[in-house]
Amino acid sequence: MLSIHNLHAGIEEKQILKGINLDIKPGEVHAIMGPNGSGKSTLASVLAGKSNYTVTEGTVEFLGKDLLELSPEKRAGEGLFLGFQYPVEIPGLSTTNFIKTAVNEVRKYRGEAPLDAVSFLKMMKEKMALMNIDQSLLSRPLNEGFSGGEKKRNEIFQMAMLQPKLAILDETDSGLDIDAIRIVAGGVNKLRSKDNAVLLVTHYQRLLDYIVPDFVHVLYNGRIVRSGTKELAFELEERGYDFIKNEVNVAEEA
Amino acid sequence: MNTDIYQPGKDDINDGLSTIERTVLSDYKYGFVTDIEADEAPMGLNEDTIRFISAKKNEPQWMLDWRLKAFAYWLKIAKEEPVWANIKFPAINYQDIIYYSAPKQKIAIDSLDQIDPELRKTFEKLGISLDEQKRLSGVAVDAVIDSVSIGTSFKAQLAELGIIFCSMSEAIQEHPALIQQYLSSVVPVTDNFYAALNAAVFSDGSFCYIPAGVRCPMELSTYFRINAENTGQFERTLIVAEAGSYVSYLEGCTAPMRDENQLHAAVVELVAMENAEIKYSTVQNWYPGDKQGKGGIYNFVTKRGICKGNNSKISWTQVETGSAITWKYPSVILKGDNSTGEFYSIAVTNNHQQADTGTKMMHIGKNTKSRIVSKGISAGVSNNSYRGLVQVGKNAANARNFSQCDSLLLGDKCGAHTFPYIEVKNNTAVVEHEATTSKIGEDQIFYCNQRGIDTETAVALIINGFAKEVMNQLPMEFAVEAQKLLAISLEGSVG
Repeated sequence: MLSIHNLHAGIEEKQILKGINLDIKPGEVHAIMGPNGSGKSTLASVLAGKSNYTVTEGTVEFLGKDLLELSPEKRAGEGLFLGFQYPVEIPGLSTTNFIKTAVNEVRKYRGEAPLDAVSFLKMMKEKMALMNIDQSLLSRPLNEGFSGGEKKRNEIFQMAMLQPKLAILDETDSGLDIDAIRIVAGGVNKLRSKDNAVLLVTHYQRLLDYIVPDFVHVLYNGRIVRSGTKELAFELEERGYDFIKNEVNVAEEA
Repeated sequence: MNTDIYQPGKDDINDGLSTIERTVLSDYKYGFVTDIEADEAPMGLNEDTIRFISAKKNEPQWMLDWRLKAFAYWLKIAKEEPVWANIKFPAINYQDIIYYSAPKQKIAIDSLDQIDPELRKTFEKLGISLDEQKRLSGVAVDAVIDSVSIGTSFKAQLAELGIIFCSMSEAIQEHPALIQQYLSSVVPVTDNFYAALNAAVFSDGSFCYIPAGVRCPMELSTYFRINAENTGQFERTLIVAEAGSYVSYLEGCTAPMRDENQLHAAVVELVAMENAEIKYSTVQNWYPGDKQGKGGIYNFVTKRGICKGNNSKISWTQVETGSAITWKYPSVILKGDNSTGEFYSIAVTNNHQQADTGTKMMHIGKNTKSRIVSKGISAGVSNNSYRGLVQVGKNAANARNFSQCDSLLLGDKCGAHTFPYIEVKNNTAVVEHEATTSKIGEDQIFYCNQRGIDTETAVALIINGFAKEVMNQLPMEFAVEAQKLLAISLEGSVG
């Protein structure tokens, strides 16, 4: 589904991603872990199409299309979803109105007819029950005054409504307590199927107790330096990132 | 983007709007010029100009005398043009303006069918239908182009109810007693610089009179269009609602694109008697100047209503998207006990536009209420100021005011300012004021993009959410137009 090949990207003068290679197939859950500054959020932003990052080398193929050629809204139309680390607030715009527009814009891109108000409400009620989201959250302006947990749950709710093929969740667990993590993770798990995939960007192993990955990759200094299964995550938890850093440095010196 | 100013030519009307759009490549789609013969006063302002205008309109002597008196006063204060507003503009040369320009009509109009076809086409292009067709949407229309009213639909039907809806020029001739009683009763000649000028040279406008107990069955609207160059437009509108009556009135304004600035100094007076209600809505889209800030209308307007009788109500709703400079404070004098004043405003400034607008609510009677909701949207390098006065007089017991001023900034080169003035002289008053400032930045746009919403749609969504409370006040027919107008006026402002 997603094929990243030798991706180099940076911001202004600084190179952050220095040759990323990654393949994600439908039905898989991948986790990207790494110390601060390794480029995890950059990878998520570059895949989503944030304009302040420049891709200097490499390719990204998504469902057979050149992802880097597409504008952010077209990538969304193709089925790419980014769960933001810090979801922004948009005052005056109700969450419901926002999601309705998003859903219909994506449908328009795919050549599908827009949902009328009745069908949309029906779908919303269905997903609200599935994700355990309260009505009160949705009539408020988008993310305005939401707690950290509410913002993250709103991200997953939008994911449920947009039904993406690939969901990139950028540090979805940051700023959340154990209960909130459990609720958010529960939501993500409910949406998993053999046709879609999830790329989790996370700092801590904790989230992976709830969303169990098929593959874990360690990002360090702009490159994926280790890949493994969920056991790798436990190893990192026990030994910290230092052992990876040492291994990499030793390899580079050699 | 090519911002050449469109040059009028003989074939334009027949080519249709798409040709003009192609030629001009600009967002202001009302910028075309109607090629029609006009009757004009010589440029400049002196007593002869006043006499010229009055003669053209066949005004009775008392009206001419009134104008001349106003002109004498204006000459006295001519050196004291007000400069306190938060706007900058080069000094206006009042001798460089033509104070009267009217499209030449071959015959007197008995029916709308006799209106010059070029003019009819103009209004059709602007989406304003003078036809009886409008009956289906229930809107009576008066059309004023430059200094004259072109025609008013539904006059006969309204007359059956005793409602007078006609041009000011006609009212001066047909209903002199009413005019003499109410003209300048709310905005005296000496009120301010532009009011004095308007009193001397006012061209045309609308007059509405609703008799006691009558609820006007349709929206009354006037459409103002400036066409001729180098002219100023000084319309004068007066609405009188007798006891227990109701009227909803809407005015729309557009002007062609020109290099020079044109002055629009109007005066609107509303009088509401006991238990009467006047709802006055404005959708203003005067040419705002090009992207470099050249040209555009100076919109310096005095609008005031008096809630004369007990339990009366006046509400002002405005959507201001045009003009190079907007300077206006639709106000309400709350004289009657239990009277209510409302002000709902969306003021948009983009590119180099400037706005200093707001309201004055003067609480004089007992148990009076006022509500102010002002939404300012700034983009480009524009400057948008809200200036409001809530005044509670000594004897105004139990006055209530709620004011909310919200500013939305698009990008980081524009400005939003708020100047609230609160003067309370009675200690039973409750005055509330809330203000917020927010910004739409790249992050919010990217968030929308990532959800499949393109930038243009995202900006429109955000703006509409922000402006919803005010939009909801507009009569339904016009709310849709106003929403489209908001989107168009902010095209290209983000991203």
